[in-house]
Amino acid sequence: MAVKVRIPTPLQRITNGQGEVACEGKTVSDLLTDLERRYPGIRERICDETGKLRRFVNVFVNEEDIRFLQGDQTPLKDGDDVSIIPAIAGGA
Amino acid sequence: MSLSESQIERYGRQLILPEVGAQGQQRLAQAKVLVIGAGGLGSPAALYLAAAGVGTLGLVDREAVELSNLHRQILHTTRDIGQPKTASAAARLTSLNPEVAVHALQTALSAENAAGLLAPYDAILDGADNLPTRYLVNDACVLLDKPLVHGGIVGFDGQLMTILPRRSACFRCVFPEPPSPGEIPSCQQAGVLGPVAGVIGALMAQEALKLLLGAGEPLAGRLLTFHGRRSAFREVPVRRDPGCAVCGDAPAIRTLQALEPVCYEKGSDPSRTMVSTDGV
Ligand SMILES: [Zn+2]
Repeated sequence: MAVKVRIPTPLQRITNGQGEVACEGKTVSDLLTDLERRYPGIRERICDETGKLRRFVNVFVNEEDIRFLQGDQTPLKDGDDVSIIPAIAGGA
Repeated sequence: MSLSESQIERYGRQLILPEVGAQGQQRLAQAKVLVIGAGGLGSPAALYLAAAGVGTLGLVDREAVELSNLHRQILHTTRDIGQPKTASAAARLTSLNPEVAVHALQTALSAENAAGLLAPYDAILDGADNLPTRYLVNDACVLLDKPLVHGGIVGFDGQLMTILPRRSACFRCVFPEPPSPGEIPSCQQAGVLGPVAGVIGALMAQEALKLLLGAGEPLAGRLLTFHGRRSAFREVPVRRDPGCAVCGDAPAIRTLQALEPVCYEKGSDPSRTMVSTDGV
């Protein structure tokens, strides 16, 4: 069961430069665990110590904000498209 | 007020657009836009707004031009190194279009001065270089009910959204809180390709012109992301969050809060210095 995960620019260092990776999971939480297994160190950039999504990072499943779905328990199915989008600081 | 012959010539190619016309041109001449940051995004945005004949342009920036800015900050030239960016920008914009009044605001935006700086303007463009300032700008725009165009750039990529306070999602509706001090592991300056600033900065100017003219459909309720490696745009819908701390139904933020630096350079004054970070 593969889900496409879109990795934001600053985290592509951890995914060997890849902007899209394939991962597995029945929920967003499972998916992040699988992502961490494949790319160690990535989860702590997305989630805080308690496992909650950092407040300046957002996750969209098929273009819907997971905070308006079921948060990290949002179910996933084969072929889903997950985007991790952080606030970008840079402008200058 | 009618257009002069030289104005008809200068603006001819936009005047002939049905969305602009003489009336729209006059609306632009009376409009006031504030650009936060005379840098990567602020450069193309301010150049296009001045060229289009936006009557008053405010520019907020406290820094001086450095050699390392020039690959992307196209308002400034090698000759301007060491000058305040606002002064360099004002000279460049005035020479592009002497009809534009440029207000050079050489200061750092703060909780204390934000309301006063933003108040006179019809629309705000956020091209700041750090997240605390971006949250401050967002909160100030919501509290003052000013339309805001947000742009961000990093690497080959960028993002853009227009915020119509309390009508569309604000920055906090999408990204509820800035990182706390130390939450961002790496604080080195993030790299960026110059044209990315051009792509996003030009779109910011386009959004501002649309708002001022009442033309087209603003990029509100949508977060546009630019992926320069593939030359692709994507967008995700963003919703206004009733629980948002600033634009929600019971907002916790009713006055502007002091900026907390996310990280700062060793030996510098932490209350003043916020270096660029890449956000995660
Ligand atoms: Zn909001």
